[in-house]
This record gives sequence, structure tokens and C-alpha cells, in this order.
Amino acid sequence: MSERSERSGDVLVEVRDLKVHFPIKRGVLFDRTVGHVKAVDGVDLSIARGRTYGLVGESGCGKSTLGRALLQLTPPTAGQVAFDGVELTTLAPNKLRAMRRRMQMIFQDPMSSLDPRQNVESILTEGLQAHGIGGDRNGRRKIIAETLDQVGLPRWALSRYPHEFSGGQRQRIGIARALVLGPELIVADEPVSALDVSIQAQVVNLLDELQDNLGLTYLVIAHDLAVVRHISDTVGVMYLGALVEEAPSDRLYTEPLHPYTRALMSAVPVPDPDVEDRRERILIHGDLPSPANPPSGCRFHTRCPWAQPTRCADERPQLREIGGSRVACHWAEQIASGELRPHKVSVEITRPPGEGEEPSVVSAPTEPGSFV
Amino acid sequence: MALLDVEDLSVTFARRGQRTVRAVDGVSFSVNAGEVVGLVGESGCGKSVTSLAIMGLLPKQPGLQVSGKAVFDGTDLLQIDDRSRRDIRGRDVAMIFQDPLSSLNPVVPIGLQVTEVLTRHRGMRGEAAAKEAAQLLDRVGIPDPKRRLKEYPHQLSGGMRQRALIAMAVACQPRLLIADEPTTALDVTIQAQILELLKDLVQDSGTALVMITHDLGVVAGMCDTINVLYGGRVVETARRRPLFRQPRHPYTVGLLGSVPRLDAGRGERLNPIPGSVRDLLPWPDGCAFAPRCDRRVDACIGEPPELVLTHDGRSYRCVNPAPLPGLTPGDEVRTAVPGPATPGSVPAQAVPDEPPAVPGLAAAPSEEETP
Amino acid sequence: MTTIGGKKREKIDRLAELAARDEERGVSLWQDAFRRLRRNPAAIIGAVILTIFVLVALIGPFLVPYGPTDTMGIREGLIKPGVIPGSSSEHWFGYDHQGRDVFSRMIVGARQTLLVGVVATLIGLAVGVLIGGVAGAAAGLGGRWGRWVDSTLMRFIDMLLALPSLLLAVSIAALLGPSLTTVMIAVGMVSVPVFARLLRGSMIAQSNSDYVLAATSLGVRKSKIAVAHVLPNSLAPVIVQATLTLATAIIEAAALSFLGLGNPDSATPEWGVMLADAQQYLGIRPELAIYPAVAIIITALGFTLLGESMREALDPKLRK
Repeated sequence: MSERSERSGDVLVEVRDLKVHFPIKRGVLFDRTVGHVKAVDGVDLSIARGRTYGLVGESGCGKSTLGRALLQLTPPTAGQVAFDGVELTTLAPNKLRAMRRRMQMIFQDPMSSLDPRQNVESILTEGLQAHGIGGDRNGRRKIIAETLDQVGLPRWALSRYPHEFSGGQRQRIGIARALVLGPELIVADEPVSALDVSIQAQVVNLLDELQDNLGLTYLVIAHDLAVVRHISDTVGVMYLGALVEEAPSDRLYTEPLHPYTRALMSAVPVPDPDVEDRRERILIHGDLPSPANPPSGCRFHTRCPWAQPTRCADERPQLREIGGSRVACHWAEQIASGELRPHKVSVEITRPPGEGEEPSVVSAPTEPGSFV
Repeated sequence: MALLDVEDLSVTFARRGQRTVRAVDGVSFSVNAGEVVGLVGESGCGKSVTSLAIMGLLPKQPGLQVSGKAVFDGTDLLQIDDRSRRDIRGRDVAMIFQDPLSSLNPVVPIGLQVTEVLTRHRGMRGEAAAKEAAQLLDRVGIPDPKRRLKEYPHQLSGGMRQRALIAMAVACQPRLLIADEPTTALDVTIQAQILELLKDLVQDSGTALVMITHDLGVVAGMCDTINVLYGGRVVETARRRPLFRQPRHPYTVGLLGSVPRLDAGRGERLNPIPGSVRDLLPWPDGCAFAPRCDRRVDACIGEPPELVLTHDGRSYRCVNPAPLPGLTPGDEVRTAVPGPATPGSVPAQAVPDEPPAVPGLAAAPSEEETP
Repeated sequence: MTTIGGKKREKIDRLAELAARDEERGVSLWQDAFRRLRRNPAAIIGAVILTIFVLVALIGPFLVPYGPTDTMGIREGLIKPGVIPGSSSEHWFGYDHQGRDVFSRMIVGARQTLLVGVVATLIGLAVGVLIGGVAGAAAGLGGRWGRWVDSTLMRFIDMLLALPSLLLAVSIAALLGPSLTTVMIAVGMVSVPVFARLLRGSMIAQSNSDYVLAATSLGVRKSKIAVAHVLPNSLAPVIVQATLTLATAIIEAAALSFLGLGNPDSATPEWGVMLADAQQYLGIRPELAIYPAVAIIITALGFTLLGESMREALDPKLRK
């Protein structure tokens, strides 16, 4: 703990105005770009060394894309990512590859993120080989054995294949693969959402322990606000490709400022009947608008129970500091003080012209230019 | 008389050359009219197979064996022929599934799929059916229902699809609705909408609802009675408040300790259950949960624990349950199990479960009142 | 808390490590597939047929009662216009139109047939995997430049695919002149587009999977990812297709021989050639066509059974 506080304030990752736009292509013979899905559209954030930054939002909000763009696994369209002072977006491919040792990723689905034809030893050796760590076979074995102990896997796991493990153990393999390189930053994309409830807690505790022991910095991306709040120091809430609020974890819960954060918070079920019966729900209506054609002004204004006739629809709010939180809402103070009251929002169907599909269907492209 | 009485339901799959799998192993529970009953458990606990068996929807394959009873309104659903079951299904009992996209036919417009139900069970045709279908969509909160009727499932968002599915399920005002993980595939804000809708439907029409889910939070807000399943058996049954306030079965305790809560502070350690759901002990050899249980005693192995009924209508299947607050923990249990317990002595367990009066319990709002 | 007796605790611990109990070493996907293959009766029938076929092809020529090119029927004056003697206790399948022992020719012909099928398939597989592999790796991992490479290669494959397969084989055979090699190349080329497209599609699908992303984030080179991860995971459908192609290759080779584009040296027996020769004598001795035809069908069936079982065994969705 002492190490943590001593180095806090030291920024490991600095993201500036990051944008990731995927072209929407049409046409049989010649690809024609008919628009862009703005998966990430101008995000600023910084992650302190040794701390955990939690990123929440619903599917299609761009949180996973942001995580991948941060690691340069998806090339950003614009913006900067500085890792420990080194600008990643303009780094030469070979230097970037060497840099990858210091920043690793944990994936949502432990099954699909492990090559089914590799045994655990080969999975763990691969990264070491790529970076020439550990020297000879014995040196590598020593590192791997240490890592297995850290994540709580038995030695006999080494000769086995991913399909022979349970979901929780597979996720431990995924964590071991990231840890074996001795990284400083770990981006965990929905690390527990594919796991059973009782196993989720094991993995969450493991991540906590590893951070305490190794001084890791985490970017945890999840849709589950309870999980994110549990393991994060700072939480950022994303909506349609942009941060709408960023606050220390406890403060976000006690004093949510952005209407979307409030709605999200009120929608998370709590396993306690007393809490469930007492709480008031802020139901937001309708679905997520298309990231290809986001609403003007504040992106949340179409579903916002506090939306005002002025400013909300035509002026995009910037993140601004209010008492320790950063929030992108024109009326945050008035809403917090109770001066503005929520009103019922009528359901509005947003349908981009010329597109037959409902927005949410096109909302999650995985790769630019899909191969049809 | 309960609306649905499931008694000793067992489902086994036998495959050639492989060990027989007991997916559901003597599950019993009942659902009263207008009641919301939860079946909670992790993957592989048999909650979905239970519902499919009741609905007669398990894929017919050699080696499949369903035994026990599922009495719905006097008829044993497991005994009737396919034809009468199809009549009951959709009309009296309806089901909602986890994945709305694969539950809808992708090449048939929503409207046709809804009117199909109306035609089949209510004999409505043409204009009348279309009008009723539009009304149904409107009732489940789908905007612009007339236009939606002509659209195909892929044109709707996930939440809207689930609404359409609910519309089809409630088209004939069924008396029992079985929802199998209805919100698992949806985002939290959409989940909140759908849960709210289900609550309204139950309140307005008095439909009984069986809610199958792994999410304890959903259960806490919805269900009147909760059955916790593990390894194909119900390990604990209780009303909502007592279950969450004083879980007795160590598995329930473990589940509640595993869930990070939104209202808990940062950094509070979770108390996960060790091992994985794969580490099952076959029930005949003792308690299936024993390999993962931190309260296990000698009596856990050898004989399956019997169901213990307590004074307040709760029941659990454990020989060494978590102590109730107000009693010195440990004392209660150690005195209750004198030496190695034989199966016959297990009901004696029930004694310490009837504490004279636990302070704080009386102050709790009564759970007994029907919603 | 009460402690547990030693024996019982042992039992629980053993149960908790169910996975560890099975065997010492892990089971790879290939081993797993092979296990399931062994349990499938169709696979066993297919394997038995093929084993017999291969055995006959390998050692049959040393065991035949008569030389396959020995025109003993003419020498002995048994073959007259319109008369070909049928089966007898010495000549089980009778004589052919040149007075040769058909049974011996069938046995010896198995070797040629197997050779044609296997070599043709190998040619198709090699060229197809090369083109498909490069295209798939380029499209899946190569970025903009890679997509250009992929498009170019695929347009070439489309051209091959656009020609009807037999026509393509006939043109190649006509171009190179009739010979056994021609048949092999022609039949092999016909299967190239199938292999190439299959592998490319499979590789592109695999390139989008999370473990490729994971390898990238580990800092593994793209070329290594393509060879070490994407290719091995994409091979299953290609292997299945190769087994099925062996069956069609034998039939297609027979068809080419039938059309007179096969080995002009009809002295070396081959089932397709025998079938072609028999057509003139269908009126008097239909069996002459039936023997090779049935042999081709059974062999093709063997390959198909094995191929289909392999498809099942390798399908990850069917794995429990």
C-alpha cells in the first residue's frame, strides 16, 4: 500500500482526444465508404501508476474499442496515447512490438482468447520467446512456474490444453499469459463477465492481490458497474463513444452527477431485497442511438430525463470539474441541487435515413472493413 | 392448492458409451397463482433443464429420461401427450428465453409471429388478429406497433426483441409464465425496463412467474419465493427477505458473498466459493457441494443430506447450515450434530432452527403477505 | 468446526481434482478428435475399406495369378469377334477383349488408381493451401497491402472456378498431351480452387478471433501468428476436404481415362482405363464395366465415410 500512495500522482497512461472511426463500406465490386461508426469519439483520460481505472458503459458505447486503441491493437483514427511518456500512436512497428511487453491485455472469453491447439506451457512461453526473456528453456520454465503460483494454477496445468480447464481456470491462464511478461499496465476487457458468479469473485480477488503484490496498473473495462466499482480507484462512464463522467469510485456511487450515470446506477440490481424495494429507478427509455449517426449536442439528450430545451440539443458538453468529479453535462449543478426535476421522456425511434436496420444492430463492428 | 407443483423431477441423459448425466435430480417446488418464484443457480445447476422438462421442450433423443411430476392445475404436464401439451403451451403456460434473436424466426415478420399465436390458441384471424397483435406490442412498450408488425426480428434492437417475445408469451393471458434468463443478454438499463415490464404484467394480470436466473440482484427485486439450485437439486428454498438476510445453506451464503455489491466500498474483499462448479460430488455419495464447502463435516459424505423444513416455511438441504444470527455461531451447530450423523438423525437438525425469538427478526416486514 | 476423517478427505480431494485424475498428460485437440473418430462406426468401415484398398495396391501385384498384360486369351485363341469368355474357376472375372485376366488387372490396377488419386489430391492440396494460405494470411492480418494481394489471388482462383471442372481437366490434358502425369495434374488443378477458398475463408475467420488479438498484444510477429496460430486452427476443414477429394479424384481420373485422355499405354491397368475399354463390349460382357465401376464406387465410399467422420470429429461444436 505504501508503494501505491508514494507513486500515486505519477501518470502511466495519458490519452488525449482519442478517436476511432470505422468506415461503413458498401458496394459489390468497389468499396464505397458511406459513413463512419464513431466507436470512440474524443476521449481524454489518464491512468495513475499502480491504480485501477474502471471504464463502464453499455454494449456499443465503445469501451472495448477504447481499450484496444489504447494498446494500439486497433489503430486510432486520431488522438494521442502516451505510455510512460512514450507516444504510442506514432511509434515504429518494431518499437511498438517491444513496448508490448510492458502493457498486456486480459480478455472476456477465456476460451476464445486461448489458442485451442496450444498447451499451457506453449501459451506461456510464446510471449517470453517473442521478447527474448528468460534466456534458455530452464530460465523460462522458472519464470513460468512463478507465474503459475501467482495465479493459483497447479504445475500439472502446463502440459494440458485450454479445453481441459473450467472457465475460471482458463481465465487464470489468460491472466498468467499477460503476467508472465512482467507488464506494468494490464487492460482487462470484461475479465469476469463470462464466468459463473462464484468464480467471478475468485478472479476479482486475484486481480486485487496481483495489484497489491506487483504494483500493477489496471484499466478494467466492464458493463457491470458493481464489479467496476469494487476494483477501481477511478471510474469513467462512457456513453456513445465519449466519457460522460469520471470520478473516484466511492464518489461516483454517492454522488453521481451525470443523468446517465444516475440511470445506470439505479438500474443495477442489488442482491438485497430491502435496497431493491426502497430504491427509486430512473428508467431511461428507448435504445442506444446509432454511433454512425449520433445525436447532436449532448449525445444523451434523446433519452435524458433531465434534458432541457436549451443547450442540450445543440451544444456538446465538455468534461468539466465539479467537486472532484469530471462530468459532461450542462446542467449538472442544477440537477445535483434538485433545482431541475426529471421528466418523462417519450420513446423516440432514431433511424438514420437510408438505413434499414435498427441502430443497435450496426453498433459493434470488430474490425475496420469487415470481410464479406 | 398451488398452480404448479413440481415434485421429484429428474432428468437424466444417457449417451452410448458414456456415463449417465443427471442434469436434474429430484427437484421439487411449487408456484402459487400470482406468485413470482425464482430458480437461482450457476451454469450446470439444472435450472434451465428443469424449465424445459416442465414445458416438454427437451430435445427428444434416445437416452433422455424424465421422471417425477409437474402438476399444473390438476394436469401432470409430464404425462399428457404432445398434442394436449401443445394446447397448454402458449395458452396456459408460456415461456420466454434468454436469446430473443434465436427464439424468433428470422424470416417471418414480427406481426405474423404474434398473430400465429393468436390464431392457434384464440382462433383470431385477419384484421382482428392484426389489431390485437398491435395492442399487445403496445402493451409491452414497443413504440409505433403498427409499423413494427411488418418488420423482421433483425430490424429490432435486443430490448425490443425481448419485448416482442414477451408480447407473444402473454398473448393468450397465460396463467404461468416461465422466463429463462430473460435479461442476461441485455444491457442493465434495458434489463431494468424489461424487469419493470414483467413486474407490471404479473401485477396487472395475476400471472404467476417462474424466473430462472443466475443474477441474485434480479431475484432480490422480483421474486417472492426463491429456490437455490446446485448440482441438479434444490438446496435451499425461502421467501425473499429471509433468504437474503439469513441464508442457511453454505452455497447460498457463498453466492451472496461472491457478488460485488454496488453499495459496498472499494477494496472490500469478496468471499468467493473455492473450486469450480465442475467439482461436484454425485448426490448419492453425499452433498454435491461438499467438495467446495467450508462448513463440511463428516456427515456430508456418504448419504445425501435430507431436506430440512423449518418453522417459517423455509427448507434447506444441509447437515451443517450457517448459523442464525443471535445465536452463538458454532455452538448451535456443534450441539446439533452429536457425532457422525446418520440419515435418520438429520431431521433433528431442525431443532436449533426454531430459535425462540431472534431480536431483529420480528422487526422485519412480514414476507408472508401475498403480493 | 469438526474435522473430516482422513479417508473421506482424500475422497473429496480426489473429486476436486477430477481433471487431474484422468491421465498425466493433456489431450490435444487432434488426439481428442482421433478418439472420437475411433468410436464412430462409419469411420471404422471407411478405414477398413481403405486399408484393404491400400494393402491390395501395395502387395497385390506380387500375388496375382497371371501377368496383367499377358494376352493369354488371344494366344490360346479364346477371343473371337463377338466372343469373350466369362468367369471360370481359373479366371474369376474372365478375360477382357485382349484376352487378359481381368482379376489380375483389377488387383494391379488398384495401385495405379491409388497413385492417381493420392498424387492428384496432393497436387491440389499443395497448390490450394499455398494460394489459400497466402491469401488468407494476407487478408486476415496484412492490412491494406494484404487485402490487395488477397484480391489478386482470389480473382485467379475465381477464374479457375468459373470453368466447369471436367472442361478444365480436358483442356489441361489436351494442352499437355495424354499421359498419366497429365491426368494427375488435371485432376489436381480442378481441386485447387476448393482448397484455396476453404483455407482462405477459414483463416480469415480465425484471424478475427481473440487468441490472434492476444498473440498480437503479446508482441508476437504477424508472420509467426499466421503460421503458428491461424494456419493450424484453419486446417481441419481442409483435411476433411482432402479426404473427400481423394474419392472424387479417383472418379475424375477414371472419367478422363474414359475420354481417352488418360495413360495412352493401356498395357498398365488402371480402373478408369478398364472402364473405358469395357464400353465397346457392354453388349456381350457388361461385367467388364461393372467390376472396375464397383471397385471405384467402394473405394470412393471408403474415402467419403472417413472424410465425413473426420468432419464430425474435428467439428469443435460437436465436442462436449
